[in-house]
Amino acid sequence: MTRRQLIPIAVLLLAACALPLLVSDYRVFQFNLVLVYAIALLGLNLLTGYNGQISLGHGAFYAIGAYCAAILMDKYGVPYWATLPVAAVVCLVVGFLFGLPALRLEGLYLALATFALGVSLPSLLKYHHLEKWTGGVQGIVIAKPEPPFGLPINADQWLYYFTLAVAIVMFLLAWNLLRGRIGRAMVAIRDQHIAAEAMGVNTAMVKSLAFGVSAMYTGVAGALGAIAIQYVAPDSFNFFLSIVFLVGIVVGGLASISGAIYGALFIQFVPNIADEISRAAPWAIFGIFLIGFVYLMPMGIAGAVRMAVARLARKAQNR
Amino acid sequence: MDAFLHQVLAGLATGGIYASLALALVMIYQSTQLVNFAQGEMAMFATYFAWSLINAGMPYWPAFFLTVIFAFVLGIVIERVIIRPVENAPVLAVVVVFIALLVILNSVTGWIYTYTIKPFPSPFPAEPIFGKYMSAHEAGAIGVTLVVLLLLYAFFRFTPLGLALRAAAQNPESARLVGIRVGWMLALGWGLAAAIGGVAGMMVAPIVYLDPNMMGGVLLYAFAAALVGGIDNPGGAVFGGFLVGVLENVLGAFVIGNELKLAVALVLIIGVLVVRPSGFFGKVFVTRV
Repeated sequence: MTRRQLIPIAVLLLAACALPLLVSDYRVFQFNLVLVYAIALLGLNLLTGYNGQISLGHGAFYAIGAYCAAILMDKYGVPYWATLPVAAVVCLVVGFLFGLPALRLEGLYLALATFALGVSLPSLLKYHHLEKWTGGVQGIVIAKPEPPFGLPINADQWLYYFTLAVAIVMFLLAWNLLRGRIGRAMVAIRDQHIAAEAMGVNTAMVKSLAFGVSAMYTGVAGALGAIAIQYVAPDSFNFFLSIVFLVGIVVGGLASISGAIYGALFIQFVPNIADEISRAAPWAIFGIFLIGFVYLMPMGIAGAVRMAVARLARKAQNR
Repeated sequence: MDAFLHQVLAGLATGGIYASLALALVMIYQSTQLVNFAQGEMAMFATYFAWSLINAGMPYWPAFFLTVIFAFVLGIVIERVIIRPVENAPVLAVVVVFIALLVILNSVTGWIYTYTIKPFPSPFPAEPIFGKYMSAHEAGAIGVTLVVLLLLYAFFRFTPLGLALRAAAQNPESARLVGIRVGWMLALGWGLAAAIGGVAGMMVAPIVYLDPNMMGGVLLYAFAAALVGGIDNPGGAVFGGFLVGVLENVLGAFVIGNELKLAVALVLIIGVLVVRPSGFFGKVFVTRV
């Protein structure tokens, strides 16, 4: 990493650490969700942006992660931090298994299969034989974790720092994964899968693995989201959640790590503002932004930022 | 046995509706190799249009036909304005545009008509026919589906325009060389698909009630139907529609319970895609590397 890249990241981290001390508790909660969404979007971006596999059903993995955390905390008394590895492993396995049949599906058909997953998931969560664990339509209410070691901050602030720490680890891991051998293989499969195979990339393995890792990211985000909201119910994980994630990666920027953060800010705060116009307004705006970005700015906000920075740097050099 | 027969017949009725919507999906797939994720919302929007007409005092059948025309025009406009620019774009871009269309139609409807659930009238009498096995609306829905199918078959088989449409779908380059305006044929295909979808919407609305999210499940079954029958085969889609309708109803009533009905569609879709992506009647495509 060059110094030019390092400075903005350091500034961003400092700002993220200082934030909860400066704004109200409700804002802290909102930024906590931004971090949660950023992890989920990063997961979807690993799959769709970097590996070229379209998923319209990532809300399902988010829901599985959330339910993992909620069930473990509510029924088995597991501490909140210990639910994350479990959610991660469960989602990794489920994602990998879903990725196996998905190997045979490309483009549109994969979109169809994941669409079906996203649409049918809420009804699966309501299934009455699972009610013992999932709480059926009512869902599960979980307690808010208190800050440990007698730290002089409140629960919202503590949860924010906890999520921030997880997010930093997840982003570092993704960055590392993507610049290495597997990351290059993923991009190669997206751009030219035949050539990639000819060069010795195990296409099937890498694609299923990408599906698993992507689901794992989204599942961890789901678990963090459940802990932050303290409540899970089938109808909060309907198909529109999967669309929200799609909006996030398209607006933030496909195949870009920083895009996950821009996208998360967008999907958290734009509906808040638009809600004041009408209940339908956030979705109308999401739809218009989706079309607008596909037509005018296919690289998303991250792409636009990159271009602006490059232009500024060129100007500075020419001077 | 009575209960079983009742479920099968009810399944045939909803199956007819799935068949119509699956047919609409197949029409768009045949000409553009795209699966229209917004098909259900387009149908829902047209159904709301019919509701406003009927609410304004128009009798059912004039409102029905006016809605079909409205849906037709809506389909053409959507193709021309929104789909055209991404016609040759990567799959991801097209899927995103379809999803955007779905979201916009859904929210605009919610905005105009609010999200409260509304009853939608059926043109058929309320009392059951064929003894107690079937309501008149169910029988009527099957009848309407069959009429739509016959009309479509006749249109594609016996009219010059239908021939032009088929030509444009099968071989756009040659069709263009003999003077067919391929772009407009695509738009026409979208219009027809939207009109069929509108009919399906008006037939399903008395059963599921009118609400902006009413087509979510129906569209999933239509996808399953189109895939089971083979996504490039109109006859297969109709067969698939009836099959999925009956399966959904019978399994839901006797085997797995109503909550898991949607999972039937999920299993069917993934099962067909994995085991036999061309469905029962579709052409098997071999890609040469």
